[in-house]
Amino acid sequence: MDTSADERRILYNQPPNPLRPEIAVTWNATRSDIEIIDLSKVFSSGNETFKAVDHVTVHIPDNEFFTLLGPSGCGKTTLLRLIAGFEQPNSGRITLGGQDLTALPPNRRPINTVFQNYALFPHMSVADNVGFGLRMLGQSRRQIKHTVTEMLALVEMESLAHRRPAQISGGQQQRVALARALAPRPRVLLLDEPLSALDLKLRKTMQSELKRLQAETGITFVFVTHDQQEALTLSDRIAVMHNGKILQIGSPQEIYTHPAERFVADFIGDSNFLTATIVHTHAESATVKLSSGAQITARLPHAMSASIGRTVTVVVRPEHAMLADQGVLQGTLEHALYFGTDTQVQIRLSDGELFTLRRQNTVGQLPLPALGTVVNIAIAEGAAQVVRH
Amino acid sequence: MARRTFALNRLPGFALIAGITFFLLYLPILTLVVFSFNAEASMSIWGGLSLDWYRAAFTNRTVQEVSLRSLVIAVSAASVATTVATLAALATTRTAAFRGQTLIYALIHQPLMVPEIVTGVALLIFFAMIKVYTGYTGLAYLIAAHSAFCIPFAYLPIRARLQTMDITLERAAADLYATPLQTFRRITLPLLMPGILAGFMLAFVISLDTVVITELVKSAGQDTLATYMLGQMRRAVTPEMYAISTLFLLLSIVAVSVFFLLSRQRVG
Repeated sequence: MDTSADERRILYNQPPNPLRPEIAVTWNATRSDIEIIDLSKVFSSGNETFKAVDHVTVHIPDNEFFTLLGPSGCGKTTLLRLIAGFEQPNSGRITLGGQDLTALPPNRRPINTVFQNYALFPHMSVADNVGFGLRMLGQSRRQIKHTVTEMLALVEMESLAHRRPAQISGGQQQRVALARALAPRPRVLLLDEPLSALDLKLRKTMQSELKRLQAETGITFVFVTHDQQEALTLSDRIAVMHNGKILQIGSPQEIYTHPAERFVADFIGDSNFLTATIVHTHAESATVKLSSGAQITARLPHAMSASIGRTVTVVVRPEHAMLADQGVLQGTLEHALYFGTDTQVQIRLSDGELFTLRRQNTVGQLPLPALGTVVNIAIAEGAAQVVRH
Repeated sequence: MARRTFALNRLPGFALIAGITFFLLYLPILTLVVFSFNAEASMSIWGGLSLDWYRAAFTNRTVQEVSLRSLVIAVSAASVATTVATLAALATTRTAAFRGQTLIYALIHQPLMVPEIVTGVALLIFFAMIKVYTGYTGLAYLIAAHSAFCIPFAYLPIRARLQTMDITLERAAADLYATPLQTFRRITLPLLMPGILAGFMLAFVISLDTVVITELVKSAGQDTLATYMLGQMRRAVTPEMYAISTLFLLLSIVAVSVFFLLSRQRVG
């Protein structure tokens, strides 16, 4: 009944044929990596200008699940639209497999988009929606029918092929939008917050669905989201954007455990920010003195000049700190919030700052000290990270 | 927001006043319709039910001729006006905001603001000049005048429809390899169709009904139904006119109903 993932992948990688000649050039490129070179997009209304994308340079290799993460207004959606061709950049270039796309209109880029509101054609059936791209590419009726069936099977929507978009649920529309964008076998799939309109449970299901589709189709996914959890779960690499710039690019682990910028640490997960002074520098780390006087080793962000005596901010994740007999920080236990799997403990440090640590709840654990007790905080080896501002 | 506010329809006598108002508004038309079925040739004495006047109207060669001319003009003018209005609506909603956009809106709506009699006189003089140079005296003058006059009426429902249409749909089509022309043909046009038909209907009714401009622009022997009726009424008011008016009313009601149904239809 179900073809195996490997077989499907082979099916999927057959180039759509026949292709309109004007699209074939970029489509038949041997690679499908995206290179974005010094790309800028400025919006202006009247006398005001807004730098939506500000000199962004990034390379997205073949077959990667790449996520643009950032708060609303950070420029992630504009960057996606520039890749799709809906917006023209003011400067910079976009290439796909080494071929320049910058001047091409959207209908000549081998890139498809899953829109935030799905943008299914309301006057067409589910099957006609999925087949639209293929029809525009000039494929034969038989080919279209074959691919549409295949795509609807891929997203498990065969039974609703003849419904109109208005007659199916939001989650189903989402699947159809995915199938429609995948059907022409694009080199790159762009996803603009596709899960934001779904409820939590459906979102979780669709997340694993997306991951599966990316693995099975083997095409490059560029995913836009403001949901850090979604980004951490799905991505091979994440680019964190803020004010039109990419602040940091890395694997979810790198971004989470070694944020290079204060904004990144603040936006993703919970963080304690400690003020410290550099007393000693090594290749990729530095010994810093905390306000308590204790010295710890903290990792330095890439290419940060750290001169001795400089005041820096050090990030410590709540789960990387623990209560101990001997610690590097002291404070008064102020609050304890029970979350089931863990307990969040808030400690007022001697310098007045609030420090949060997360304690895994296990059976037979020693109880927390009473509120108001002075406690010692230890920080796990290698957990401290110096961040830029 | 369940706040109790002043509700007009709770005032005593509200329904009665509303009923009387509607009755008075429609009483003249009602009288006309009723008397079109009168067996007597009188405007005041009821002589029993009869379809004689309808029969008379249908067999009257002149009525047939002017009705046909009215339809030809209305269909042609509505077609031209709807085409132009569709293009204008696309240009004012599907392009980036441009300088002088407000001026363009004003220019499109101009026929609604310029008094009809002024337009009529201007066209009379202008067409007279053309007639002198070309010698052509056909229906094209009336069709041209009606088309121009109907554009804003066709434009309004089409633009309203375009504004509620999600531009992402057109982006999605472009994303799926449709050329701008294919996007228009397969996405924009089908979704815009109810608006276009509504615009056509409105333009059609307006054209049928226009008297002032027609009266001034028409050449000899180019009466439309409306100008013919006006001419007849000047001489003698016969129940035949009632019958024609009632049929005219029916046609308008159908066209306007279609217009309302189409413009109420939601996108999708």
